[in-house]
Amino acid sequence: MRFGVVIFPGSNCEQDAVHAIRHLGMQADFVWHGDTDLAGYDALVLPGGFSYGDYIRCGAVARFSPVMAEVMRFAERGGPVIGICNGFQILAEAHLLPGALLRNRGLKFICTTVDLRAEESACEWLDLAPGTVLRVPINHNEGNYICDAETLERLQGNGQIVLRYCEPDGSRAAGGSAPNGALDDIAGICNERGNVFGLMPHPERVVDPVSGGTDGQHFFTAIAQRLAEVS
Amino acid sequence: MARFEIHVTYKKGIFDPPGATAERALVNLGYEEVASVKIGKYIQLEVADGTSEARVREMCDKLLANPVIEDYRIERVGEA
Repeated sequence: MRFGVVIFPGSNCEQDAVHAIRHLGMQADFVWHGDTDLAGYDALVLPGGFSYGDYIRCGAVARFSPVMAEVMRFAERGGPVIGICNGFQILAEAHLLPGALLRNRGLKFICTTVDLRAEESACEWLDLAPGTVLRVPINHNEGNYICDAETLERLQGNGQIVLRYCEPDGSRAAGGSAPNGALDDIAGICNERGNVFGLMPHPERVVDPVSGGTDGQHFFTAIAQRLAEVS
Repeated sequence: MARFEIHVTYKKGIFDPPGATAERALVNLGYEEVASVKIGKYIQLEVADGTSEARVREMCDKLLANPVIEDYRIERVGEA
């Protein structure tokens, strides 16, 4: 199992992602944003950071980098792609995932650990019982997910909402549990097919107990297991 | 060179956090007549003579604005 971790100018979580994957006993290589050869990778990670300075809008420039045309082809063929934080913003800008990520409702950059609830979804990256609560860090300024009512209905109906922000017991607060104001408490969504997954939280930071938890392990091991079963 | 001015604003119904904050701040400063503040982007674009507005619109759709959340208004303001 070999992951390709894409580095854009301004990415800053690629080392964490590669470390996390290797820590779990799998292979990971860095892929430069100018590269166009993704042969040999079983899955791709778009890491967090501030690609191209996040100018114009987060991810708006990164989506036009040479590697992204290949990432789109990879995704169209059904290849698994995960976008974490800035990676999620890039996937949304590239229209691989619906909706957009706005500035956090409270205008503050949020750096904390949140509770996330796994939902019943089509996502190939997660294989958790619906309602499982995970503790995963978030670290962003633009994580306020938004889409129009029609899209939201589709996301709900197709099982495309993968993770929601929640309270420690897995419930959702009446006024919303998303610290960034995200619509419907959405923390992560996937495409209809389930192979492309974007989320604001950082699972790569919680795979090793020394960094505060292991709830992120599942995000990398589940896809490896699935691919092993398929092949 | 031809000059265009582009105003990018959030679509109606999209929450604008900086606008909402400025709105509250103005009311708190005593400007109680303030009903709404929206904050967007203003872009000055210089392009070769003869560039069509359709071409500028394409630039907006592709990069300068995100049609999922933003509207834009293009104005040709003359030659540079």
